[in-house]
Amino acid sequence: MTSEAVVHGVEWTIKELFVYPNEFIYWSIQIVMYPYMTGLVAGAFVLSSLYHVFGQKDLKEIAQFSLVFSLALLPAAGLPLLLHLQQPTRAMEPLLTPHFTSAISAFGIVFTAYGLIVVSEIWFVYRRYFVDQVNELKGKEGFGNMLRLNIYRVLTMGSFDISEEALAVDHKAAKILAGVGIPVACFLHGYAGFIFGSVKANALWMSPLMPVIFIMSAVVSGIALCMLTYIVIMEWKAFRKRRTEGATAAVEIKGAEIDIISKATTYLLGFLIAAISLEILDLIFRGYTAMKSWDILRSVMYGKDFVNIFVLQYTLGNLVPFVLLLLPGRTLKRTVVALLLVLFGVFMMRWNVVIGGQAFSLSFSGYMHYHVPIIPHSLETFKEGLFGALTVFATPFVLFWIINKYVPSLERGEEAKY
Amino acid sequence: MSCSRRDFLKQACGGTLASILPVSAFTFLTNEEARAAVANANVRWGFLVDTRKCVGCGLCVKACKKENEIPYDAPITRTWVERYVITKDGKAHIDSPNGGRDGFIENVINGEEIDPENIAKAFFVPKLCNQCDNPPCVQVCPVGATYQTDDGVVLVDREWCIGCGYCIMACPYGVRFFHPVHKVADKCNFCYHRITKGMNPACVDACAFDARRIANLRDPDDPVTKIITTERVAVLKDEYGTKPHVFYIGLDENVR
Repeated sequence: MTSEAVVHGVEWTIKELFVYPNEFIYWSIQIVMYPYMTGLVAGAFVLSSLYHVFGQKDLKEIAQFSLVFSLALLPAAGLPLLLHLQQPTRAMEPLLTPHFTSAISAFGIVFTAYGLIVVSEIWFVYRRYFVDQVNELKGKEGFGNMLRLNIYRVLTMGSFDISEEALAVDHKAAKILAGVGIPVACFLHGYAGFIFGSVKANALWMSPLMPVIFIMSAVVSGIALCMLTYIVIMEWKAFRKRRTEGATAAVEIKGAEIDIISKATTYLLGFLIAAISLEILDLIFRGYTAMKSWDILRSVMYGKDFVNIFVLQYTLGNLVPFVLLLLPGRTLKRTVVALLLVLFGVFMMRWNVVIGGQAFSLSFSGYMHYHVPIIPHSLETFKEGLFGALTVFATPFVLFWIINKYVPSLERGEEAKY
Repeated sequence: MSCSRRDFLKQACGGTLASILPVSAFTFLTNEEARAAVANANVRWGFLVDTRKCVGCGLCVKACKKENEIPYDAPITRTWVERYVITKDGKAHIDSPNGGRDGFIENVINGEEIDPENIAKAFFVPKLCNQCDNPPCVQVCPVGATYQTDDGVVLVDREWCIGCGYCIMACPYGVRFFHPVHKVADKCNFCYHRITKGMNPACVDACAFDARRIANLRDPDDPVTKIITTERVAVLKDEYGTKPHVFYIGLDENVR
């Protein structure tokens, strides 16, 4: 066999007992990353909407940040799909010839619509800031200032009116967009759940609860990641303030931070309870109805994947952070640990759905084991291996760093007038 | 040139309309019209597998791989043969090494040596694409690269498949795979290039025991159609509602 003729999936699939010859783990780690990243996008947006739509004032600062972060996360939601395609150069075809009986065909449309909503909402929220920047930079010398001036000019899109009425319109538009954005964000992710839940050939995936479970866990992971990133950035700021302006300024930052985190934690716990309840319901229902597939499902869930499902996902990823967040006297450090565990738990949930769904043969008579390629030795083992996944995970942070240079989402107190 | 926002919008709308007009010159066919234009209503391909006749020689798999240019040693195949050995304790031992390409010459199944004295029954089951009437693979293809022809065969457009693998996931029979050279979804198509020219599929010609036969289900005089319509035949996994069109004689409850 030449290197050209490597069969997709052979590198990382180990078969056990009777598996049909053509069965391999075709959907690998990038397809785990896809719902994970999409979930983070949707969750981040929902968190920002809690302020913009429902007027949760104490969430204001984290809401601005979440909105911009959700934009940075967006390209990372599409990236895993691109890396997974066998023909990545044909990635635009679902938009050119969408075959609407397929759940995937809607991806481009939903993804684009959602992207437009996020971008326009950010524009309305930050328009005044863009105009202010243009006015401030006008007449300043230097190439850097010129460049910034022109970038901000483009960003204003020719709309320089910052009268009270115009700003009121901006505010209203942002609110409407945030409102419309919630169902679209839920759809973006619920539909990722539908992609799996509607595969009737797969005994583990096929469930009408799948989209709802996906939405709930999406919000959980999105809120957790926003809180975590927010805490890390704020701690960094406090650390820098402490060096330049002394301890008082740093304490101020910390105080405000803890209030926001408490509030966001309440929402996080609510969605976490909903997600776990649905997942347990799904599990009980499968066991109780005990259809033909239950024998093999049971052997996978309680046997081969027991550690992944019950130890890593439910205990370490759900139960432990739940207790950590609920116990009185919560500290920032404990919150960070809990948030990391929540993020890990949701990742394991995606893993157990995507990889777990391929852990058994369609013949119900054999198993497949997935071995993530760690050290890449070809493009494919990079794309669909550990480093491909890490690339996807790192992308939003790099993008946020760039976007945040022009759309400052982390200003607070007096600075945060936008 | 100055241009007010109102003018800009006006001109943009006008331009869009003007560019849409030429598109209306194309005629859109309804499904029925399209079918009438290309239809061959006299043909619906089906397949008959007589498991009682199969000896597991693997010649069909060899013939298929060569005919359809599926890399010979790659662990994927458009058709394969499964061996079922049911021991006296009721346990089913199933295997299909290399898709049964090289026959079954060992007594070892999945690493377990089977004592011939302990066998209650044993048989072979050839598998291939079922060319379903309600094909889930066609339903889930996001770009329409896999489609059902009018005579019932499901084909893949290698120029248009994006390689997402959704069809592979959607097939309950596991007949689909990624072609290692073309990097697109691939599967059995009853040797469409042959049957549409009046020839038999390669596996049918290669089978010395008449275990595999192709049928035109719309032709009541077709001898194979006669068997399918008058004798007791079964299909695989009908619980998925896919309406498979590969019919089996002598299926056993142990067949997966």
